[in-house]
Amino acid sequence: MKSVALHSRRTSVLLKSLTLLLFFAFSISSYSQDVDEVRQKEGKKLFKSLCASCHKLDKKLVGPALGGVEENRENSWLKSWIKNNAEFQKVNAEAAEAAQYSATAMNAFPQLSDQNIDDILYYTTVGEIKKVAAPGEVLVGGQVLEERGAPDWLIYFLAAAIVVAFLMIASLLKQVSELKGDKKSGVQSNLRRDLQELWVGVKENTFLKVLGTIFLLLVGAYFLFGTLFTVGVDQGYQPIQPIAFSHKIHSGENKIDCQYCHSSAKHSKHSGIPSVNVCMNCHKAISEVAEGTEIQWNGQTYGKTQLDKEIAKVYDAAGWDPEELVYTGEEKPVKWIRIHNLPDFAYYNHSQHVTVAGVKCQKCHGPVEEMDEMYQYSPLTMGWCIDCHRETNVDLKSNDYYAKIHDQLAKKYGVERVTISQLGGLECGKCHY
Amino acid sequence: MMKNFKLIIALVVFTSIISCNDKKTRQLQYMPDMYESIPYNADGAEGLGGEPVNSKPVAGTIPRGGAPAYDIPDTIEGYELAKTTLKSPLAKDEKNLDNGKEMYTIYCLSCHGKNGDGQGYLATSEKFAGIPNYKDRDLTEGSIYHVLIHGKNLMGSHSSQLTYKERWQIVQYVEVLRTDLLK
Repeated sequence: MKSVALHSRRTSVLLKSLTLLLFFAFSISSYSQDVDEVRQKEGKKLFKSLCASCHKLDKKLVGPALGGVEENRENSWLKSWIKNNAEFQKVNAEAAEAAQYSATAMNAFPQLSDQNIDDILYYTTVGEIKKVAAPGEVLVGGQVLEERGAPDWLIYFLAAAIVVAFLMIASLLKQVSELKGDKKSGVQSNLRRDLQELWVGVKENTFLKVLGTIFLLLVGAYFLFGTLFTVGVDQGYQPIQPIAFSHKIHSGENKIDCQYCHSSAKHSKHSGIPSVNVCMNCHKAISEVAEGTEIQWNGQTYGKTQLDKEIAKVYDAAGWDPEELVYTGEEKPVKWIRIHNLPDFAYYNHSQHVTVAGVKCQKCHGPVEEMDEMYQYSPLTMGWCIDCHRETNVDLKSNDYYAKIHDQLAKKYGVERVTISQLGGLECGKCHY
Repeated sequence: MMKNFKLIIALVVFTSIISCNDKKTRQLQYMPDMYESIPYNADGAEGLGGEPVNSKPVAGTIPRGGAPAYDIPDTIEGYELAKTTLKSPLAKDEKNLDNGKEMYTIYCLSCHGKNGDGQGYLATSEKFAGIPNYKDRDLTEGSIYHVLIHGKNLMGSHSSQLTYKERWQIVQYVEVLRTDLLK
């Protein structure tokens, strides 16, 4: 164990010094640039707010990459193009040719002044200003330094093996000493004799015997029923999904509404798994995760390297070519594994709960926005359904159609607001038919 | 000795059964005949004849209560056509506007922002850049609907997430937002 630890420490020291070295090389190169930071900042701000939806500096997006565009085009040509490219195309043949680049037309930006455009172009020329690392800060870029311990089951298995081996050795030793006829009575054998005498005493006492039997039966029943009650109840079920999709990142950190992706929950019995076109609504633009993103997946920590591969899986399924930015048409379904599944003899309708009752998704599915890996939060048993139906009051406002019935029910039960169970929410036929 | 040994084995087996709470597999089901019924599941991988049933409707058909398919193509000319000719079939009333707001909150707000100024959470947290302010664009109800159906530039199509009516309700709400922004 010790040598392994030493070894890995050496490796990490080596790696760290290597990255430091690389870092210094970078920072020296960035010192050599002489950049007007105010103009760059102004240009960057404008670029991010107006241009970045279609252009990147280093990569093709909807429009061409714009890094160093001034090397290819005259400043005056670019100004005319940016201000109103449609008009400019009519008078300039080169512009008409340039418009063929994409199937969509570029917007006109008459609100930009010459100074604004110059700032934007300045930004496209100088690009990002590289940050100089503060002393002591070590950035480990692209390296996955993970020291992973043995998996849990192995540890348990080894512990069990050690216990069993210990017991076997003990019994062997005992046998050996018995065979030897060794009658040297130490403290231990005294204790054993005492225990034996105690055992004989207990055996002959009927009351204690009955008590012991009852105790054992109760313990047995506890474990037996505990086991039986988990039959068919998948609370905590957390299968390994084909793509490491983190709800925590999407709905927690990025605050995307549950129904953005699970859009069928509003009108349908099912809250469906979104098809990949919904993923592509955002991931067309987001091909990699932010630096330093981490999720816990199946007992491991997934960093940027792995997560970028997971996004590539979405592209693969959608048939999206991230280099050429076109759909190839070769689609593959993603084989997600269903977690929440009611038996078919129970009817449940999402739209009735989500749209009509306005129940929050989290009420049944738990704190999904905190889960990296999705699991079944609720037991989804009948008792669990009924508990909620007994407690929840029905919102009777804005439903004039049933106003009379609701009034009568409220009078009958002597309450102000009826619960779902009083509306018939416990009738068998509501869910089983 | 042998008796003790048997007891130990029994205990080990028993504990391994009750502690066998593996999260990655489903629990045992008792008599699952009625758990899985004969009719296919609406979103099952093998539905009709081994094919997924979650597929496109038959070409040329309209679901009961549905609307005709949108047939203006996703081109520059199509955009112009929608912009000039397409009109909302819905009445401009409170009810439509309220639901439009609700739908906008779910499907548009993350990027376009509460007021439609392009300052949604995903824009301010710098996940997305360059989301336009509605007031900087020349929009009509037809062009908004066209973009909702086909998407534009980096915005994807949102037609699969919304119904015909909901799309037009969103259009109505976006127009209200834009009028407020232009004030």
